[in-house]
Amino acid sequence: MVRHEMTTLLNAEGLRIDGRKADELRSLKIEVGLIKNADGSAYIEMGKNKIMAAVYGPKEVHPKHLTLSERALLRCRYHMSAFSTDTRKNPAPSRREHEISKVLRDALLPAVIVEDYPRTAIDVYVEILQSDGGSRCAGLTAAAVALADAGIGMRDLVVGCAAGKINDQIVLDLNDTEDKEGSADLPVGLMPTLKEVTLLQLDGMLNAEEFQRAFDLAVEGCLKVYKVQRDALIKKYFGKEEVNQEVEQ
Amino acid sequence: MAVTKKSLLVQRLRRTQLTDLLSKGTRLDGRKLLERRPLSIVISPIEKASGSARVKLGNTEVIAGVKIELGTPFPDSPDKGILIVNTEVLPLSSPYAEPGPPSEEAIEVARVVDRGIRESEMVDMSKLGLVKGKKVQAIFADVTVLNHDGNLLDAVSYAVTSALASAKIRRYKVTGEEVTATDEFVPLEVQTLPASITIARIGDVLIVDPNMEEEAMMDARITFTTDDRGNICAGQKGSAQPLSLDQIKFAASLAREQGNEIRDLIRGAIT
Repeated sequence: MVRHEMTTLLNAEGLRIDGRKADELRSLKIEVGLIKNADGSAYIEMGKNKIMAAVYGPKEVHPKHLTLSERALLRCRYHMSAFSTDTRKNPAPSRREHEISKVLRDALLPAVIVEDYPRTAIDVYVEILQSDGGSRCAGLTAAAVALADAGIGMRDLVVGCAAGKINDQIVLDLNDTEDKEGSADLPVGLMPTLKEVTLLQLDGMLNAEEFQRAFDLAVEGCLKVYKVQRDALIKKYFGKEEVNQEVEQ
Repeated sequence: MAVTKKSLLVQRLRRTQLTDLLSKGTRLDGRKLLERRPLSIVISPIEKASGSARVKLGNTEVIAGVKIELGTPFPDSPDKGILIVNTEVLPLSSPYAEPGPPSEEAIEVARVVDRGIRESEMVDMSKLGLVKGKKVQAIFADVTVLNHDGNLLDAVSYAVTSALASAKIRRYKVTGEEVTATDEFVPLEVQTLPASITIARIGDVLIVDPNMEEEAMMDARITFTTDDRGNICAGQKGSAQPLSLDQIKFAASLAREQGNEIRDLIRGAIT
């Protein structure tokens, strides 16, 4: 990837290349239950990210030897469609997709009450139809909604949002260009009511003070995304929107 | 899902119910024998693709994304572009699909749709050559299946045709053997709109556009792809039972007739 002049990511007024302020989320939309075959599903658009998540289960474990006698086996698959990126992506799962599948599973596991479903499997599929930076966070947010839509017992929802550093400034919710050309990306997954972190990765360099600010900002972003996440579920199950779908800034 | 004696019994009862209905000229979901499920087409849902379409055929839902990139031509056609259709039946799309390399079904679907596009000469591949034997434009049509409720073949056919017909292609400047990309994009020229129609035989009855349940119970399947002028440009017989000569002829004429209705719907969506 070509690294452009760093100064292009923020203009003189401190606005970002897509016109956002430093602490502003991209446009966000969540819909529940679009995949008819699935036990639960959710679709999320976050900026140009377009992601479908679906849950199958609790169901019989296959292959059988993976069965856990004391809890459900939670499996997660993060996959990108061939047309989801700027240049065509080989549809075979890459090392990156394997790693993200694992961190997403670990991020969901603390929230799912797996001990209530012994000897079963719960499969979570996250398909990136179009990627725009921060797809693991948006995918995590959608996956948690899909689990809730499947009626699976959860201690809390899980919500994902990243913060990062571009042009020496800490900003919220990096888009594709900022992710590639910025100097740090800090995705965070949070159980918003319990205030516990279930996902954290860092790619790039931050000093102690910057880390603190980026982390706080990511958590703040998570709580904003949570509102939309909760509203989407309320809309599906109670037919109303408690607060406006748009994220108020 | 596990096959048990009980589930086999349910299947047999369901089949009896279905054949009863079919003999009365109707189906489990209330359709007539030769009635397709409602088709909806959304053009360009994926901005990052050169062309894309989201197609719903009843509850079967697929997204096709077209990417046009630089590639190397096949040795047997050094001055022609490349077209590759690929289908992924995601585990997200059905309780029966598993992660892993494309299944037999997915490969068959992609190859039949590929033949329909190629043989109908929808895209003039000779216009995609840049430097003979060295550089051509390669069209990748990738299809992601979101919800599998039967008759993937037709849903994928409509999605790929719609995505190609609405695709934009980059202009290249060729000087000698040097190829330089310009920032100019033009609509991909298409010469016809191929569309497939799939017909299933259950007992002695032919039905159009079988859903998942009908597919599970069908004895034989036949697909024909037709073009604007009523030519038949691809065909595929499926499932382990035979079809009679008359059934084949009937299916071919029905595919031509209903193919035109599909083309009208696709034309309506892309303009």
